[in-house]
Amino acid sequence: MQTEFSPVSAPAAGQSLDRRSFFRLTALAGGGFALGYSYLGSAGTALAADASAAAGLPASVFSPSNYIRVGTDGVVTIYTTRPEVGQGIKTAMPMIIAEEMDVNWKDVKVVSSSIDPDSNAPVPQAAGTPGGPGGGGRGGGRGGAQLPNLDGPFPQSAGGSTSTPQSYQPLRMIGATARVILIEAAAQTWGVPAAECSTENSSVWHKASGRKLPYSQLVATAATLPVPAANAVTPKDPKDYKLLGTRVSGVENQALVTGKPLFGIDQKIPGMVYAIFEKCPVYGSGAVLSANVDEVKKLPGVKDAFVVTAAGGVPHGVAILGTSTWAAFSARKQLKVTFDEGPNTGQSWAAMTQQAQALGANAAAGDGAAFDGVAKVIDASYSFPYISHAPLEPQNCLADVKADRAEIWAPTQNAGDVLSRVLAATGLTARAVKVHVTRSGGGFGRRLNNDYAAQAALISKLAGVPVKLQWSREDDMRFDVFRPAGFGFLKGGIDAAGKLVAWRHHRVSVSGGGAGQDSFPRGFGVTELSPAGMVPSAVPTFAWRAPNSCTGAWVTQSFLDELAHAAGRDPLEFKLEILANPQSGVPGPVNGVTAQVYSERMTAIVKLAAEKLGWGKKLPRGQGQGIAFYCCHGGYVAEAAQVTVSKDGKLTVDHVVAVADVGHTIVNLSGAENQGQGAIVDGLSTMMFPELNIEKGRLVEENFTQYQLLFMPDAPKKIEVHFVKSANNPTGLGEPTLPPVAPAVCNAIFAATGIRVRQFPLTRTSLKWS
Amino acid sequence: MNGPAACAAVPVAGAEIALTAPAGTNTLPASLNLFPPAMNYTLNVNGRTQTVEAEPDTPMLWVLRDHLNYTGVKYGCGVDVCGACTVHVDGESMRSCQIPISEAAGKKFVTIEGLSANGDHPLQKAWCDHDVAQCGYCQAGQIMTAAALLRRTPKPTDADIDKSMSDNLCRCGTYTRIRAAIHTAAAEMAAK
Ligand code: FES
Ligand code: FES
Repeated sequence: MQTEFSPVSAPAAGQSLDRRSFFRLTALAGGGFALGYSYLGSAGTALAADASAAAGLPASVFSPSNYIRVGTDGVVTIYTTRPEVGQGIKTAMPMIIAEEMDVNWKDVKVVSSSIDPDSNAPVPQAAGTPGGPGGGGRGGGRGGAQLPNLDGPFPQSAGGSTSTPQSYQPLRMIGATARVILIEAAAQTWGVPAAECSTENSSVWHKASGRKLPYSQLVATAATLPVPAANAVTPKDPKDYKLLGTRVSGVENQALVTGKPLFGIDQKIPGMVYAIFEKCPVYGSGAVLSANVDEVKKLPGVKDAFVVTAAGGVPHGVAILGTSTWAAFSARKQLKVTFDEGPNTGQSWAAMTQQAQALGANAAAGDGAAFDGVAKVIDASYSFPYISHAPLEPQNCLADVKADRAEIWAPTQNAGDVLSRVLAATGLTARAVKVHVTRSGGGFGRRLNNDYAAQAALISKLAGVPVKLQWSREDDMRFDVFRPAGFGFLKGGIDAAGKLVAWRHHRVSVSGGGAGQDSFPRGFGVTELSPAGMVPSAVPTFAWRAPNSCTGAWVTQSFLDELAHAAGRDPLEFKLEILANPQSGVPGPVNGVTAQVYSERMTAIVKLAAEKLGWGKKLPRGQGQGIAFYCCHGGYVAEAAQVTVSKDGKLTVDHVVAVADVGHTIVNLSGAENQGQGAIVDGLSTMMFPELNIEKGRLVEENFTQYQLLFMPDAPKKIEVHFVKSANNPTGLGEPTLPPVAPAVCNAIFAATGIRVRQFPLTRTSLKWS
Repeated sequence: MNGPAACAAVPVAGAEIALTAPAGTNTLPASLNLFPPAMNYTLNVNGRTQTVEAEPDTPMLWVLRDHLNYTGVKYGCGVDVCGACTVHVDGESMRSCQIPISEAAGKKFVTIEGLSANGDHPLQKAWCDHDVAQCGYCQAGQIMTAAALLRRTPKPTDADIDKSMSDNLCRCGTYTRIRAAIHTAAAEMAAK
């Protein structure tokens, strides 16, 4: 990136953005200018107070990952740090800068930032300034060093639907700062006050005299100007947005539909060999006891084969290197390897279920007096299995590790994690490693963990050649970090008037996990208990799209529906009645949000979702409507569904309406709607088909033959996604649209058939009715 | 619905690696269950005739991706379930992971790279206009399957689309937009 940045002059002293970050304006060879941004964290706070100290910073600190270049050809190149995994972020983030700059979108070019060794210099600490972790970066494994590229509001990661809430304001400031500089350049050229100038369509205008200058003709002057002080830069009023909120087609769409090599799996470099890595299928296992690598080495197309001893976070295994992916896959079939299978070969899903049920059987012991004297008490238990992230592009990574440096091409959601793991696996320092972030064929949380990158790096180091490690689909499933399995043991109490008065959600997690971000009806005048239990297991788990919320919403919003029916009430009316009773001075359902605010935002969207679906329509038996709502990752979403269930139990989802309140601005309407549609399909798919079982400490299902996902014929016939604009700052969308769909559909199934779905996947419950 | 015309791809070095497997002169232990040795195959891909040396069981998926550099063809499952590897063989959509190179001679293969000369097949245009892709990994397979459908059934109904597209997995769940884009492309082709 240093060469792309190509400053011709030593940059002037940086301008503080928010006392922890700096802008720097640099003239470029060829006549353009670059506006760069560096996050200095707590060091910046000290430096901001002392401009001369800031001026003395090494240039490397100002080799920012997040910057724009404006060329004399008028092209505005936006370097963006957020990895594209299908969430549309490579289009959305630059749109925010383009809006504030008033640059015509067709003049914008978007490039993914890599992690460049030159930018990996830890931020120098001013005397007496403690270094702290950045907001959102994952600093682990870098010796605690804060790296301008990875920390702060533009971490090179995408997870937790955080990109928009973290980066919206800073991106506005970058775009608005560039606009102020371009206006100043025009004002100086014309000799008029800057206040008389305005911007539109990649040009500065002086309306009073009818003059205009395109940005392309202003860059030379702009490059000589100082960066304006932060208080001289005012981002637009969102009501004046022209680009944000419109439908913009993804910046890589043309490349995608013509098969360009965008993904990790598509990367090739000269001299590269293709590798597989055979690992022990038992979780938490040990070393390789024997392997016929000498025989495998002689197979056609095999370049090398060797045993890898666990090191630097890479597990024990056998690497086979071939002249093509198939050569390596094919040779793998001839590999005879035995592992020390370790202590977990007795683990099974059946045993975990038994342990969880035993814990659930005792759930009532903790209820105390909560249900004493309550008119009607209902019990139910829910369960959900482990599932896989199963992104369609199986994990892979291209690593070229030399004795003193390395270059990595990784499909990742978290370039910082790639860097940390590669450093651990190779023993290199951050200054010696460059990480290219490729497009990813899906993420869903899986690619926040870049174990495959560490494996590729270690194999390349051991083999002494560039290696593209390719996991098979079976590897991808077997060595996933799964969505935790779990059980819910629920109890609800209704008074004589049919009102909810007591609620218990006893959650038993398997391998970790929690109840989800939304604990409704907590905070709504109901006695509320939420004890938790845990069944330990060696099966590794991690965040799966809307972690815990993806299952918690189903359990709680289904059980509320059960209680409504038990009370003989309409479920919508029953839920709205609870929502209308927020308590103050007690914890609300979501951390950091009062029940009052929750009530206002949620009630509005629940009502609208019901209205858009046509709630309360008279339907024949076999058809039904359901509704559910949930808040996570800052987003409030209500979903209403209408289904048809045939007498022989075949489910058709006729219509799903989603209404989301994710703040006052939708960045890219097309992308936002696509996220909503996709999350609904994903949530439905996960509810209907897949399950993973564990036997003898290992996974049973290993490919899409056994692990089934939803195809087009089972997709909802109609999906509507609506956005309600509230006064709140924008929040993310990839996750919050997923949790409500499963309960909305299961509640609709009950309305259609009287059959309550209390187990994931749906295939475990017969929907036959007569 | 405009956007930057040129999309910024991640830099990729284009050089091919040596394709030839080591000569079969090694003495191999009898315990290894070996396939017949590598052979030369003459293939017709995207209108070009090329020769590839590979073991006869090598799936066309990997021949296209690794040997011939048509990386638009994607690997998703390798077992005939996901459809990410779909290409046209003599005009019909087929799963390249299920076709060994030994059965490829004399057939005409078309990959997403060869669907149109300028990336402007009505389906490709409709895919961009509807902003179908999320991660995009499945979409080459989706488009190739849809192109074969439109050749057979120029004006498909929703039911025709569901039936023909029923074996192409989109993990990101873009089915709603795929249906809409196929209708748009069909209408454009009918108007010509
Ligand atoms: S890779 Fe061929 S069908 Fe999945
Ligand atoms: S767009 Fe991601 S798999 Fe289809």
